[in-house]
Amino acid sequence: MSALEDRIGAARAEGRAALVAYLPVGHPTVEDSIAAMTAAVEGGADVVEIGVPYSDPGMDGPVIQQAVDVAVRAGVGMRDVLRAVEAVAAAGAVPVVMSYWNPIERYGVDRFATDLAAAGGAGAITPDLIPDEAGPWLAASDAAGLDRVFLVAPSSTDARLRATTEACRGFVYAASTMGVTGTRATVGDAAERLVARTRAVTDKPVCVGLGVSDGDQAAEVATFADGVIVGSAYVRELLEGRGPEGVRALSAQLAEGVRRRSTVSR
Amino acid sequence: MTTSAVHLPEQRLESAHPAWPDATGHFGVFGGRFVPEALIAALDDLTAAFEAMRVDPAFVEEFAALQRDYTGRPSPVTEVPRFAEHCGGARVLLKREDLNHTGSHKINNVLGQALLTRRIGKQRVIAETGAGQHGVATATAAALMGLSCTVYMGEEDTRRQALNVARMRLLGAEVIPVTTGSRTLKDAINEAFRDWVTNVETTNYVFGTVAGPHPFPLMVREFQRVIGDEARAQVLEREGRLPDAVLACVGGGSNAIGIFTAFVPDEGVRLVGLEAAGDGVETGRHAATITGGSPGVLHGARSYLLQDDNGQTVESHSISAGLDYPGVGPEHSYLHDVGRAEYRPVTDAEAMEAFALLSRTEGIIPAIESAHALAGAVRLGRELGPDALLLVNLSGRGDKDVETASRWFGLGDRTEVDPGPGMDTDQRPTEGAVTSGDAVAGRHAGSQA
Repeated sequence: MSALEDRIGAARAEGRAALVAYLPVGHPTVEDSIAAMTAAVEGGADVVEIGVPYSDPGMDGPVIQQAVDVAVRAGVGMRDVLRAVEAVAAAGAVPVVMSYWNPIERYGVDRFATDLAAAGGAGAITPDLIPDEAGPWLAASDAAGLDRVFLVAPSSTDARLRATTEACRGFVYAASTMGVTGTRATVGDAAERLVARTRAVTDKPVCVGLGVSDGDQAAEVATFADGVIVGSAYVRELLEGRGPEGVRALSAQLAEGVRRRSTVSR
Repeated sequence: MTTSAVHLPEQRLESAHPAWPDATGHFGVFGGRFVPEALIAALDDLTAAFEAMRVDPAFVEEFAALQRDYTGRPSPVTEVPRFAEHCGGARVLLKREDLNHTGSHKINNVLGQALLTRRIGKQRVIAETGAGQHGVATATAAALMGLSCTVYMGEEDTRRQALNVARMRLLGAEVIPVTTGSRTLKDAINEAFRDWVTNVETTNYVFGTVAGPHPFPLMVREFQRVIGDEARAQVLEREGRLPDAVLACVGGGSNAIGIFTAFVPDEGVRLVGLEAAGDGVETGRHAATITGGSPGVLHGARSYLLQDDNGQTVESHSISAGLDYPGVGPEHSYLHDVGRAEYRPVTDAEAMEAFALLSRTEGIIPAIESAHALAGAVRLGRELGPDALLLVNLSGRGDKDVETASRWFGLGDRTEVDPGPGMDTDQRPTEGAVTSGDAVAGRHAGSQA
């Protein structure tokens, strides 16, 4: 079974989308990042994407780059990530690791899967790993009973949408716009079109990320997606010094947003 | 090393092209595509366009005409006997990529990719650059073909290579200093990828080396292999035989793949890549990726890279901005692992010694990048002895490096180049290049500040 699918399904049963909060481990410190994740859960996040710091985050915009750079320089590693996983699970949300591929490969794919499962993690999102290159991870996540989330994009062909969603377990991550992470004034039609195209080839939950930063945008995305993923807006709370209180307040606002609609679109 | 270590099947060697990469861009376990899904469609389009172009007679003719009339190909092969006196009596031939338009081998690749950009109907190109040579070449090709051009360059490198920044701007390119991470080539590549994923509908990424996701390692190799195709024929014609060894510097490795490829099937020819060892591999301050790194994933491909226990890319160090890169092309990783090519470290000090030596003995000022290959020739020549015939890829010229050299050698306002310590012609290299390099580096450390 899939811990992520269960949690997203439970939200859907309540007639709402799930709220997925991203925060990187180690910014501003490991302890403070764990406190922020806990605050995100207290504010209403259903799932926490626990970011593994990486020196070359090619898919991230300036906000996340700045935060992750702090963690990389402090030498934050997978052991710290696993500690955050345990903390998020204890706080009552579903922990899923978000990592570029090299830190996982360096740690050891099988060892990562085993340790993540032992820590109570649901699985991992891998933004620069496509299923075509994921052989060892597919095997390891199967063996450990972990979810694995791959990304689809507006530029994905229908054939790739089929292959990628087929490989996903937990949910499908729809990268709403062509671009890097960061808050945007509008989420745009591309996200809704992508979700519709994705739903045409899979019954798995589809969560939308890239660009959502406030309750109104969350409400908008929640009309067509099973989950709303928010990253840079959370990180900005920490960068601008509002700490766990800011994170908790943002979570509450977003949690209200994902509940604003009355019916599920599917 | 003997060629008996080669594991390559016979029939592959007889093919006009190496049998690698496979259809999905893998060189054994290396290569592939480790990029966001958003870029896959663009990489697929690029692959299809490239495969169609390379067998299209009209394109092949257009590319050949540009290389002849614009770049000035074929580049000559020059024998350098006065330099070779320092190489244990071995004879040394230089493949003169330094004489190409824009001053290095980089133009070979960008003309091909710029033609490809036009063919797929995009009007904007982006590029990363370290030393500035690939940026200058891309800006040049963009000017020639009327494309808009943006070049990402680490802020640190814009300072080290201010002349090339001005050159790119003269050619009409926008140069964006990158202030993230280590502010060098690796961060410029990250920033270029971010631009690409955002603007992929209008923009083509002209990648500068044989690294990155498929099809870049294949495509750049095919655009650069003209170096070795020409050189092999030129050496055969003038010598009636093949060289004993082919040497080239390796950062990402495009000039090395360019000259190696034609010789890969020639089992008797040693292929030697010279990596930048900076202050010495054992100091940790180096860019010798294969010598001092381990396999992993960086910038879209699996290859050797410099990384720590957490899988974070480690900052590289080299006096040569063009070699100052913590990764290397996947085909080099493959050639290393199957034993077809060997990779050796060359310190800053050794490279600068060879830089001065070629300048003084032959009247050719090499790029500091290429000077690493020359230093490798000095050492290998002494190992192989008087009958050896060495072919060195002189991948670029040193105009851009005069300021760095002036600081290194403390030339000040002197009019005659004092090659500095280590230039005694009676000096013999010590066993470890690193050791002798350190000795010189130590004496010059002050002038580097």
